[in-house]
Amino acid sequence: MRYMLIMRSTSEAQTAAKDIPFDDIINAMGEYNESLIKAGVLLGGEGLTDAKEGLVVDFASTPPVVTDGPYAEAKELFSGFWILETSTKEEAAEWARRCPLGPGSTLEVRRIIEASEFDQDNEHIKREVAWRAENEQGVVAG
Amino acid sequence: MTAETGSGAAENAGRSRRAVEAVWRIESARIVATLTRIVGDLGLAEDLAQEALVDALAQWPKSGVPRNAGAWLTAVAKRKAIDGWRRAERRGQRYAAMGHDLASRVDPDAPPWDPNQIDDDLLRLVFISCHPVLSREAQVALTLRVVGGLTSEEVARAFLVPTATVQQRIVRAKKTLSAAKVPFEVPDRSEYPERLSSVFGVLYLIFNEGYAATAGDDWMRPELCHEALRLARQVAELVPREPEAHALVALMELQASRFGARTTRTGEPILLLDQNRAKWDRAQIVRGQKALVRADATGRGRGSYGLQAAIAECHATAPTAGDTDWGRIVLLYEALGRLAPSPVVELNRAVAVSMAVGPASALRIVDQLVDAGDLAGYHLLPSVRGELLARLGRKKEARREFERAARLTGNERERSVLLAKSAAL
Repeated sequence: MRYMLIMRSTSEAQTAAKDIPFDDIINAMGEYNESLIKAGVLLGGEGLTDAKEGLVVDFASTPPVVTDGPYAEAKELFSGFWILETSTKEEAAEWARRCPLGPGSTLEVRRIIEASEFDQDNEHIKREVAWRAENEQGVVAG
Repeated sequence: MTAETGSGAAENAGRSRRAVEAVWRIESARIVATLTRIVGDLGLAEDLAQEALVDALAQWPKSGVPRNAGAWLTAVAKRKAIDGWRRAERRGQRYAAMGHDLASRVDPDAPPWDPNQIDDDLLRLVFISCHPVLSREAQVALTLRVVGGLTSEEVARAFLVPTATVQQRIVRAKKTLSAAKVPFEVPDRSEYPERLSSVFGVLYLIFNEGYAATAGDDWMRPELCHEALRLARQVAELVPREPEAHALVALMELQASRFGARTTRTGEPILLLDQNRAKWDRAQIVRGQKALVRADATGRGRGSYGLQAAIAECHATAPTAGDTDWGRIVLLYEALGRLAPSPVVELNRAVAVSMAVGPASALRIVDQLVDAGDLAGYHLLPSVRGELLARLGRKKEARREFERAARLTGNERERSVLLAKSAAL
């Protein structure tokens, strides 16, 4: 099963992190990522730049409104993610526990939905079934 | 105690057991590898590690999972090794000599494993689990158990055999390794390529067992494929300069990218060319392609997994079945046939030829295979022959082939597809 580790931190924690030598952070994260790679569980992940560089598109009105910077009411800022493939939720949680983060940061562990879990009666899926019926001349077994 | 708090306690116990198991899954290979180097025997090392796990299951639910759980388990297992030696020495047993050596080397407060040593130890563990002195069944069971960190129950469930059978295989495998005095080491240069290819063979067998289940009602057991892929990724990191290690990862990723499209809602298999490509996992295809690039970057050419991965890549990157570059696939199968001649590769080449050139040329290849007799009993031979005959309009012969294939397959789902094809002619 695939899980996303969603990293959030308060702006205080992000400010505090600026006092730690950048190399130390990079090294600790590098070591952590390497342990995920060596265990064969890391599928992907990215870190995000400062939320101040970003934009928020709010759909409260039509057309949606675009504003600069982070969402005003957010206390914790989304700052990066990992995608892991593990056999259980507990294993994903155990990997999350090992992440070199400090106070003010959280990792939320969420399971990624698999294609097979989507509604089979959905219009797109129905079209696929029709498409398959028109294409029944297969030779090679997948 | 109310019923509610009772079930809450049971839930908590279940949760802490699963947390311990998660740690075990992550750490067990390193613990067993480290202990094997110290005590010199895989069987004993595994027993000690299992005993440490039993302690963890008793203590952690109350005390919480320690910050460095791997170190805790390793230290407990080492202490048990020393205790065992002391008992043996008191009884004047001959193991005492080994124990002395152990006591002088074991410091229970030392870090669980030497970071400079652990990758070598893990690689040794991989090689010993796939040692040629063991049967394929034993290699598979031992690899999943000691390298993958699965329990015997999990291995048994994945292969649909009784747990006792798996336990027996593992006990026997450990005894075989001890009796043959198989050293805990990376094989030397003269044996290395052959031993490595045995490791890849074991991993690919695990993958294929999941990919096209040979028994039972399920055509796929994705957990087994994921397990094989995870092990293959681990091995590729242990031997990063081996092109075939990355190629094996590439092949598994590319094949696994089709999971979501390989069966109907009711579980019947869908053939590759009929699959809805929108359901293929694009991210997984990209991972497969990257692994193949890594294999090629070693500059050591493509081996048989590299060629198979390249074939899988041809399918994965064709936007529609009609866009498939069959000419290139024929060339890749020819290369594969020269590198590793096999009637199964020939059969696949015939299928590619039927798409690139036409069914008549392909039928000639298939008929040669029938005459050679190597694939007698293999259901895909009559299945492919049936397809070719059907395309040539020879319906009566085609029906006979489909029915023969249906009799030969061990998979219920596949049987019903074959019989439906025969009936549709």
